[in-house]
Parts: sequence; structure tokens; C-alpha cells
Amino acid sequence: MTAEKKAKCSTGLTGNIAVAYAMKQINPDVVAAYPITPSTTVVEEFSSYVADGAVTTELITVESEHSAMSACIGAAAAGARVMTATSSQGLALMWEMLYIASGMRLPIVMTCVNRALSAPLNIHCDHSDSMGARDSGWIQLYSETVQEAYDNVVQAVRIAEHGNLLLPVMVCLDGFITSHSIENLCVFDDDTVKGFIGEYKLNQPSLLDVEHPTSYGAVALPDSYIESRRQLAEAMINAKDVITDVAKEYEKVSGRHYGLMERYMMDDADAAIVIMSSAAGTTKVAVDEMRKRGLKVGLLKPRVFRPFPYIEIADALKNIKSVAVLDRADSYSSFGGPLFTEIRSSLYELDKRPKIISRIFGLGGREYGVQDAVKIFEELLKIKETGKVDKLYNYITVRE
Amino acid sequence: MATLKELTGKKELFAGGHRLCSGCGIPPIVRLILRSTEHPIVASTATGCLEVGTSIYPYTSWRIPWIHSAFENTAATISGIETAYRALKKRGRLPADKEIKFVAFGGDGGTYDIGLQALSGALERRHSFLYVCYDNGAYMNTGIQRSSSTPFGANTTTSPVGEVIPGKQEFRKDLTKIVIAHNVPYAAQASPHNWKDLNNKAQKALAINGPTFLNIISPCPLGWYTKPEESIEIAKVAVDTCFWPLYEVENSILKVNYKPKEKRAIEDWLKMQGRFKHLFLPNNKWMIDKFQEYINKEWERLLMLDGKQV
Repeated sequence: MTAEKKAKCSTGLTGNIAVAYAMKQINPDVVAAYPITPSTTVVEEFSSYVADGAVTTELITVESEHSAMSACIGAAAAGARVMTATSSQGLALMWEMLYIASGMRLPIVMTCVNRALSAPLNIHCDHSDSMGARDSGWIQLYSETVQEAYDNVVQAVRIAEHGNLLLPVMVCLDGFITSHSIENLCVFDDDTVKGFIGEYKLNQPSLLDVEHPTSYGAVALPDSYIESRRQLAEAMINAKDVITDVAKEYEKVSGRHYGLMERYMMDDADAAIVIMSSAAGTTKVAVDEMRKRGLKVGLLKPRVFRPFPYIEIADALKNIKSVAVLDRADSYSSFGGPLFTEIRSSLYELDKRPKIISRIFGLGGREYGVQDAVKIFEELLKIKETGKVDKLYNYITVRE
Repeated sequence: MATLKELTGKKELFAGGHRLCSGCGIPPIVRLILRSTEHPIVASTATGCLEVGTSIYPYTSWRIPWIHSAFENTAATISGIETAYRALKKRGRLPADKEIKFVAFGGDGGTYDIGLQALSGALERRHSFLYVCYDNGAYMNTGIQRSSSTPFGANTTTSPVGEVIPGKQEFRKDLTKIVIAHNVPYAAQASPHNWKDLNNKAQKALAINGPTFLNIISPCPLGWYTKPEESIEIAKVAVDTCFWPLYEVENSILKVNYKPKEKRAIEDWLKMQGRFKHLFLPNNKWMIDKFQEYINKEWERLLMLDGKQV
């Protein structure tokens, strides 16, 4: 059967329903979740699959996100294939447990529907939540569209459970922008998903193997703690190849290409914007407009933020004269957003480095439009001409 | 119910050589609990004395599958394990006739305070597990800070005896009562000095399908300023003074398991422990009186409920 025949295309789904649908096709052993806006409809939809018998998953409707991740950890350590979803404050409440999930090397898959953090309270999109969890030892994949969110969830299962990794994976999509808007996408039939992810092969000891008792989460003193963390770091180094390999296999089944990043009109570009998730789509329109005006601009959209593909990113930007990194979260370092500092650092080894600026945009759901991207491109082209950066770090889309 | 001979003949699942203090009430509690079922048992432990004292890598005292994930979530962690057990059975990845029991251990800090939410959630969701609180009445692992289980008047590092305030000013939270309010099929209070009663209760709890709870007084020589060799005697006096009544609630019926022939004065228990030394200064006598009054009231309340539906 060809990929086209296997896939049911032109299905209109919101991002959250597409994620829930992928979860339904994956049919995990256990889902433990606490609903939080804007990821709520993932949990709601999945609950109705459970209620209707469309999945045989055991659903734990926990009393908090902290307990959601704790229950996921218990279930994963017991040998179950485990998933959950959250957003914003919910992810922040899980923060302690994120480190424990990765430290125990449990292949949990979580969807993070990106949303701003309080205060002030805000339910709309930015990346402050997942960026806050960037150092927790989780793989992070970012999705531009509903299609990518669906595809990333399916791939995440394979990545997390890979014997060389055993790392938890977070699939991010933009709150309301992607989570609640309906897009056409191709979904697989159930058997294709089942075939792609395979039967769950346990690569770590199970707490239910009572004949071979294992202790999980022991005390590690200074004579052993660093070794355990070093192993986690090694796994993250291995993750880049695993993500790439899984994407190649996925392409065979789906016909859709995924890599560590997407390059859009980058081959001959003088100036480029680096931006993640749904805002990349808006930026592509701006690239097209600029190209119509004969201006050589391009876009680099990282898909994988953890592990950070610094070699590939440096390679993609090496011939660009001026680069703007647009962060939908600030790190409050007074120096630049989290994506910016990592990209700037990636470029350090280059003999000839592009000029680079950090721009924070879209916090708390503030609109980011084509014109905003156009303005950035114009600034970049001016930097290219003059060789001068006026402001290294600045906010855009803000009323001043 | 098992005889002492039967119990001692069973395989030891909690290995010696752990790093818990001498005279600590926790090891005899854990050993007895793990012996209270014929089935394999999986444990989850909150951060605290028990976890730190038994799992220093590369060693472990646990001859059963065991997990510690964090401080406030042992009930949530066991929820996940118990759910995975049901899920894998349903899917045929575990034999349908394979019976495994689940137990969560937490101290009073990890249960009464930071872990209360997770405990309440797990009880409400009706997971099949036994929750055991070893209650030594303070955050002993981190240097004897007061918990909501710390008795009235106790001297701790965060309720110290000062010039103006003589120790802890609040009575302890009645967690057992809170758990009972969740309408669990079985909840009880026990003491390590009465091994028979403790063992009976653990056997009952572990045989039930649903959430069950044991609150067990656990003497702590370090935090109570007592002699290690007196721990079990001090637990007994706690019960004889009715500071720690032994009772159970089974299918909503409350039963007082032990009624002392002569209820001893709370003074007898307080004077055994350095943490209450200041109560015996003449100007603090009111505190002992207040403590006694509180205990009398609580004991009378229990006797009134004895044999009744709660």
C-alpha cells in the first residue's frame, strides 16, 4: 500500500483533537492527566475515547498536575506505556517531577500546549512553560501546524522508547493558535500507527517484575550522583541521531519529511529569521513577500530544541549575513531569549559569524503578524548593509 | 491471624544493615507490614527517614520492588503503579491470576502536610493500596521541625521553647479522622508495641480491594529525646495514656481495639521525653492540664463512637 492510500487526508481537526486522536491510535496503557487550559480538550477528548471503549487505556484522573506526572512515573516504572498532556502552570507544577522522570529514564510522552506563565494570569500562547523545563532532561519537539503536532506525537513514542535513549519526550504546540484552530491534515489508519510504534518493548526494569525486585529512586551521594546525570547527558547526545532516524522511517510511511529543523528559502539568503512553532508559518508568508520584492531572506525553524542541534544550526546559518532569533519567551538574562543564546553560542565556532539579534515577541498571545516579520527582515537587511547592530536584545509586538 | 512463630518464620523482605537510627520505630513497622500478606508486594516511599535510611546507592534494604519519586507524592506514585498493574493484566501482559499488593509509606510530614493532597486524591479514586503513615510527630529527617502532627507543647526547632512561647501551641491534626471522611473501606491506628494488633490490621488492610490506611505511632529517639531502648515502652505508654488510641474503622463501623483498664495520665508519657521537659516547669503546668483535657475529650468521643457507624 502506498503512503497516500494508508493516510486519510483532508481531515479537519483542531490541534488538540489531532493530539488526542494520535493518542487514541497509540492506545497507551496508562494516561494520567489533569485538565488545564489550553490543553484541556486533549484530556476531554481522550476521556470520551475511554468512556466509549475506543481505547483500552486506564485513565487516572488525578487531582493535580504534580500527581499526573507522579502517576505517570509510577506507571512507567511499572512497565506501562504512558502519556499525558499539560500547559503552563500545570507544567510548572510538574517541574519537580520532570527531572525525576528523566533521571529514572522513563519513556513518558507528554504534549505541552504552550501557554504563558503567571503573573499576570494569562491563558494564551507563549513558550515560557516549556522553556522553563528546557534543562529537565526531556526531549523537546516543537510543532508548527496541526499536522506536525499529530506527526510529532506518533514519532515521540518511538523516540522515547528507543533502547539507547529511554528519555521522556515533550511535544509542544502553540496554545489556541494551533490547539484550537481547525486545519486539514492527513491522519493514518490505526494499523499504520500501531505498526509504526510497535508493541511496547520494555527496556528498563519493571516494578511489577516481583521475581526480580528493583529499587527506583534511591539516594545517590556525591560518589554516584554525577555518574547518573552523566548517563542522562550521554542519552541526550545520542538523541539527535535517534530523532533523525525515526523521522526517516516516518517519512517512508507518511511521505512527510521531518528533520532537526526546517529551512525555508535559506540557500541563497542574506538575512534569516529563526523562529519556532506556529509563528514560523506567519514568517514564511513574510519571506514570500520579501522574495517577491527581490530580497534574499529565509527562515530557519528548529523542530528539536532538546537536544539542541548546534552543529546543524551553525551549518544552516554559516552563509547568512544577518540573523534575528525570535523567542516567544524571555529568559530574563537581560541578554536575550533562550533560543537566541543557544543559537548565538552555536555560531561561535564559525570562522565568519553572522550578525545576530534577539527579539522577544508574542508573549501572552500578543499577535505576531506578517508585517512584524517584514519589519525584522528590513532591520536585518539594514544590519547587513551597515554591519552594525543597534540593539542586540529587544521586544517587538509591544505597545510603547 | 498469624502467630508470632508463623510471622518470624517468613522471609525477611526488609533487610538489616539500613541506616535508620537505633531505637527508630520505623523498621519494626515496615518489617511487620511486609510480612502481613502472602502475596508479592510493591512499595512506594515518600522522601523521608525511611527512604533515605534504606536506599543509599548502590545498596538497598528492599527485597521487594520499591520506588521513591519525591516527597509529596507517594500516594500518586502508587496510584500509577497500581493502575499499570490493572492495565497490563487487562492487556494480557501480566497473568490474570497474578496477585500483587501495593503499599505506600510516608512519614507525618509527607502525609499530614505536603503529601495530603496526593493522599486524598488517591483515596478518592479508590486505588487498591495500603497507605502507611509512620508518625513520629515532626520532620525528623531534616532536623526536628514541627509538623501538623507534632503534639501540643513539643519543643522542636521550628516551635522552640523561647522566652515568650513555650513550644508548639497547637494540637495535632487528626489525620485518621480526615482519612475516615473519605469513606475508605478500612482505616486504623496502630502501634509497634502491639505487634499482634498491628499485624492483624495490616493483614485486613492488604486483603481489601480498595484504599486502606494505617496511622502508626513511630517513636523517634532523636526527636523525642528518649533512650533508644525505651522506644517500644514509650509507644505503649502513648497508647495507655490514650494519646494514641488503637482503633479501626471497617466498613464505616468504628471499633476501639484497646481500652486501658486504667487510663494513665498524659504526664506519664510526657515525662519520658526530653521534648516536653519544659512543661514540667511550674509556670507551664497549664499546658499539661490543657493537654490532659484535650485527650480526655477525644477519648470520650472515641468511646462514644465505639461500635457505631461513622
